Amino acid sequence: MEHKNINVKLKVWRQKNGNANGGFEMYDANDISTEMSFLEMFDVLNERLIREGKDPIAFDHDCREGICGMCSMFINGRPHGPWQGTTTCQLHMRAFNDGDTITVEPWRANAFPVLKDLMVDRSAFDRIIQAGGYISVNTGNAVDGNALPIEKDKADLAFANAACIGCGACVAACKNSSAMLFLSAKVTHLSLLPQGAPERKTRAINMIAQMDKEGFGACTNTGACEAVCPKEISITNIARLNQEYLLAGLTS
Amino acid sequence: MLNAKIPAGPLDSKWKNYKATCKLVNPANKRKLEVIVVGTGLAGASAAASLGELGYKVKAFCFQDSPRRAHSIAAQGGINAAKNYQNDGDSTYRLFYDTIKGGDYRAREGNVYRLAEVSASIIDQCVAQGVPFAREYGGLLSNRSFGGTQVQRTFYAAGQTGQQLLIGAYQALERQVALGNVKMYNRHEMLEVVVIDGKARGIICRNLITGELERHFGHAVLLCSGGYGNVFYLSTNAMGSNVTAAWKAHKKGAYFGNPCFTQIHPTCIPVSGDHQSKLTLMSESLRNDGRIWVPKKQGDNRKSIEIPEEERDYYLERRYPAFGNLVPRDVASRAAKERCDAGYGVGTSKQAVYLDFADAIKRYGHIEAGKQGLDHASDDEMIKMGKEVVKEKYGNLFDMYEKITGENPYEMPMRIYPAVHYTMGGLWVDYELMTNIPGLYALGEANFSDHGANRLGASALMQGLADGYFVIPYTIGNYLADEIRTANIPTSHPAFEAAEKEVSDRINKLMSIKGSQTVESFHKRLGKIMWDKCGMARNSEGLKQAISEIQQLKKEFWSDVKIPGEISEMNPELDKANRVADFIELGELMCLDALQREESCGGHFREESQTEEGEALRHDDKFMYVSAWELKGDSQWELHKETLDYEVVKPSQRSYK
Repeated sequence: MEHKNINVKLKVWRQKNGNANGGFEMYDANDISTEMSFLEMFDVLNERLIREGKDPIAFDHDCREGICGMCSMFINGRPHGPWQGTTTCQLHMRAFNDGDTITVEPWRANAFPVLKDLMVDRSAFDRIIQAGGYISVNTGNAVDGNALPIEKDKADLAFANAACIGCGACVAACKNSSAMLFLSAKVTHLSLLPQGAPERKTRAINMIAQMDKEGFGACTNTGACEAVCPKEISITNIARLNQEYLLAGLTS
Repeated sequence: MLNAKIPAGPLDSKWKNYKATCKLVNPANKRKLEVIVVGTGLAGASAAASLGELGYKVKAFCFQDSPRRAHSIAAQGGINAAKNYQNDGDSTYRLFYDTIKGGDYRAREGNVYRLAEVSASIIDQCVAQGVPFAREYGGLLSNRSFGGTQVQRTFYAAGQTGQQLLIGAYQALERQVALGNVKMYNRHEMLEVVVIDGKARGIICRNLITGELERHFGHAVLLCSGGYGNVFYLSTNAMGSNVTAAWKAHKKGAYFGNPCFTQIHPTCIPVSGDHQSKLTLMSESLRNDGRIWVPKKQGDNRKSIEIPEEERDYYLERRYPAFGNLVPRDVASRAAKERCDAGYGVGTSKQAVYLDFADAIKRYGHIEAGKQGLDHASDDEMIKMGKEVVKEKYGNLFDMYEKITGENPYEMPMRIYPAVHYTMGGLWVDYELMTNIPGLYALGEANFSDHGANRLGASALMQGLADGYFVIPYTIGNYLADEIRTANIPTSHPAFEAAEKEVSDRINKLMSIKGSQTVESFHKRLGKIMWDKCGMARNSEGLKQAISEIQQLKKEFWSDVKIPGEISEMNPELDKANRVADFIELGELMCLDALQREESCGGHFREESQTEEGEALRHDDKFMYVSAWELKGDSQWELHKETLDYEVVKPSQRSYK
């Protein structure tokens, strides 16, 4: 692949901690190879800041292969940046042009308070899972794996939703900061499988109650979540979640 | 003398007998016993969840923002289990045998047999949790094959098997958190083990948000903190993966087993430049269908698709006709290095070989056309159908390749090169997964136990979950049964005081250096030394050089490292400095171990010890043992040997020809 070096300007949100006020600061990132990932460009910038005696920019990242869900930058008004179906760590500098100014912010949502710079606290997602995002089966209780055939279509659809990486881009993109796409992916994954059937009702009710408690907003079907989801989880799951919730409310 | 405590009796009844006779803790006493679990990958999450279910009071720690981020999540290809669903001759014994042979006869028979024995239960457990494994149209589970085996025993969920298994274990863990059996500490890093009267009794950790040091008591401590591949700087590990928890245990007296046994994975995306921060794996499952080749002509600069079939060297198929592209990882990696070193490499760096799907696309297209009764389908139509099939099998991997390289792997072969992926070495543990410090356990990649000198594909997930779901729940009871009279030790105990002071002294020292070089620059230099001299091929002279270079680097680090920020705040550079300081010490031990082991076995290739055909040459007469290193002082180690007795398998020169 042809590559070249470009110069870009970065407008980055800086915030010392959760209690401090934050603000934007400008940085030049020069001689950036288009083969670099977006985070590698931040690595280069941070190395320079440290050498200059300045505070490097804190951001969350870990696997850098698009699967752990830890990276979380709001780039030019879009979670994870301009590429479809891509996490920030997989976004490469080929996506930008020489001379571009790139604005980088943390996820913005009341339920995701900023910890420092671009890092936010997403433990609310863990608590939503705690409310019912599992199948209650202790180790050792299982029957043979093939004792329970599952239609391939259902298994595939369950898998497509289990692919959610819990990054929170859906919340960041939503004007209501709703966590409905995240929640619906988990409810769909588990309710499509026969193993998940016994807890269907309580799962939908309890997870939604926890979501409300955490301060996430309601869904108004704008579809922004689906558009930015790096794993391309479908918004039709929200309809399924609503159905699960209604059914649970009506029959219990 | 090291005692591995392998139960007596025939191989296939050791674990059954152990389970039938080990001590138990009654439910009322379990409630009083606290267990600390460090790390929440497959081993840690499964252990924490299972112990919580049993009724122990568990505290689990991870440095990430959620336990679901642990790097097990990135495992792609699959998980082995001796289910024999394919009726192709698999059995517990065969999985055991393949694993022992794949590990080049440097693993314990007893441990590996147990691993094979519990493998089937892992699949059952995961299915029950709702892990969406790939299925056939009849609704039953699907399998594929992996390197080093001739049966299909690998269960998978597209190219995201690790993710699905980890989410299963994570959900089980969160359920225990909700039930109050497990308390979870996110964004916490363990920085010391607390040992009281010779037994592990707790940890000191840093709250990564506030910078505060915390003391936690436990009747037992489980380290499930993963491998140390990041000692090479560039590896397929996550950026945060580190050796610190295991290294602190080593410094407190736990032996480190076979540190030089490192797995270099043959199919990774090649390095593109100095800015590179990590390497990305292309799953071994791709070798099911992809064919690996280089041009027959040295320095051939033509584009891959312009090189005609007869001018391509499918070197794995040529050298190893029986296993072809599915030879074990160490063999495939060395073969790639051999071709590149000989001048046949491709791409701009010439440090790459091709992984080609053109044949697979044609083959699948042909099958599809047959299935759909399209006898007169054109070549283009068949290729189109073939691409669809390949997309369904490997789509996410192909997409990832395209995002990173900007090249379309459906149209041209991928470029791949070996990269550091997994570490077989780790804390020495006995059959019960306990280190030589009573009450201190190591599970999953953090221990050295089951893979010998080379791990087969799809076996890491199996081992992590075997340790956590099915081994530790039994073995820990055997220890804790004698601890029921031990009341909780208050964390004001002098041992906690002293341990915390050690940690804070070290952090203060690091922050007071205020030198001129960044942590990252030290890590890169360490990585280069390790890759050049303790990587895919090692020799005595290079290793000696590496040791002195690392000692020099260590001095420089402790006198010139530059860490910004404060101690009592979130400070990712300080966290990284803590980790890199430990990697430097570990690097020295790895080189020492590699120097001492004057044989080639599995992933450890000593240039002085090879057959005429360039294959690894073992010396069973001299090195049929586990090297367990005890730290004696600064750069001082003592070697303890655990002799490996093969009662069932007859070690032979591995052949995949």
